[in-house]
Amino acid sequence: MDQRKIRVLVAKPGLDGHDRGAKVVARALRDAGMEVIYTGLRQTPEMICEAALQEDVDVIGLSILSGAHMALMPRIMALLAENDMSDVAVFIGGIVPNDDIPQLKEIGVLEVFGPGTSTANIVSAIREAVLGESVL
Amino acid sequence: MRSGHRRSIARLITIVENDELASRQAVANLYADTGKAHIVGITGPPGSGKSTLVNELAKEFRKRSCRVGIVAIDPSSPFSGGALLGDRVRMQDLSGDSGIFIRSMASRGSLGGLAKMTGNVVKILDAAGYDIILVETVGAGQAEVDIASTAHTTLVIEAPGMGDEIQTIKAGILEIADILVVNKADRPGSERTITALKVMIHMGAPAEPDRHHGKLAATSENNSDNMEDNATSSKTAASKGDHSPWEVPVLATVAVKGEGVSGVVDQIQAHKRFLMYSGEWQKRELARSRQEIGQLLQAEFVKQMASAVPAAEQEALIEAVAERKIDPYTAVNRLFAHAADQAWNRLGSG
Repeated sequence: MDQRKIRVLVAKPGLDGHDRGAKVVARALRDAGMEVIYTGLRQTPEMICEAALQEDVDVIGLSILSGAHMALMPRIMALLAENDMSDVAVFIGGIVPNDDIPQLKEIGVLEVFGPGTSTANIVSAIREAVLGESVL
Repeated sequence: MRSGHRRSIARLITIVENDELASRQAVANLYADTGKAHIVGITGPPGSGKSTLVNELAKEFRKRSCRVGIVAIDPSSPFSGGALLGDRVRMQDLSGDSGIFIRSMASRGSLGGLAKMTGNVVKILDAAGYDIILVETVGAGQAEVDIASTAHTTLVIEAPGMGDEIQTIKAGILEIADILVVNKADRPGSERTITALKVMIHMGAPAEPDRHHGKLAATSENNSDNMEDNATSSKTAASKGDHSPWEVPVLATVAVKGEGVSGVVDQIQAHKRFLMYSGEWQKRELARSRQEIGQLLQAEFVKQMASAVPAAEQEALIEAVAERKIDPYTAVNRLFAHAADQAWNRLGSG
């Protein structure tokens, strides 16, 4: 096991209360050897940024099922930039219409994982983003 | 970092966790600024409500104008090496307060419940100016002993109805606890747990003057008086320049409701006063330093030895021991002699 651990913040911003998906992903990332800081429900953009900063995470994974992504993401990305954390890889998992994905990527979101994405794909996407390795 | 810049603190913690060489440099630079913070270890079985209590303690300390650092340690999976660090979930109340810093750490293979670098992370928060550093760890196996040697004040938390019969409350708790907390005290069975703990404290080993932790009162009839005793005795000790032994209080809390928390903070502060006025603070600092030097020396020594003797030769010796050709002590003597020769040669040629 290499010493360098990938640290991932998993959070659910906004008022969305369904966290089973987030928990499944959190466990999968742990099983892939990552250290997952799980902050749970009802996170504000400020709370997410503060936690990411204190925990010095490599990755932020946001679970959004409520359709509030366009309202939340610009604020989150702006806060990260303000705090000199634009190098943190940001992923979204959940229900996001395809039409919104280009806009999200434009503000800095790396990937959007829709329903049915395998956890293996999420793990390799994270590893590639953080370590630059491509997993075949 | 010294000016309290939080990103710098966070970055430095990461460096210390991952890079041993950089870690040494970092500690060398900041060590002179450490030694001010009051380090409080909080341990107990899973589900006892540690994180919730830590959340409440931090809030109360903030009301008393103390800056609080929190290190929350969870075990790493021995299979995957990963970890689920979920203590922050219970500490939502603390967000937005710049006087609080929370860092989650995975144990990364350490068996004692503390991560190997916990001490160094605590040093960073100390140097950065946090007055109180709460170190939260799951009480399992050696964990209590580990936390007791890192912290100035060790708080052990239990919860009734956890499936622990009273008899199975580990004797080790009484050895290292400075403060005992029975959380979820609104649950049935809590009175029994509290009484049992008080009885066990009074029946424990007689007070010894050099006892490291949890000095037990030689005579004390009613443990509920301990709280006032500690609070007043440490204050009068200040004026008399004398000290009575610390009497381990057993406190009841309902952390989710914030009940009893103020009393716990009172006792934590009383314990610090006690440590200061009795000279125990210096004694514990000596013990901590002694232990740290011992551990580092051991690790360094093993490392030097491993590099001094070729791997093939080490393997050959190990095989010889397994095959009963030589005994382990003889093997070690040979390794040692070889390593010493190398060192001697290096000195001569250097």
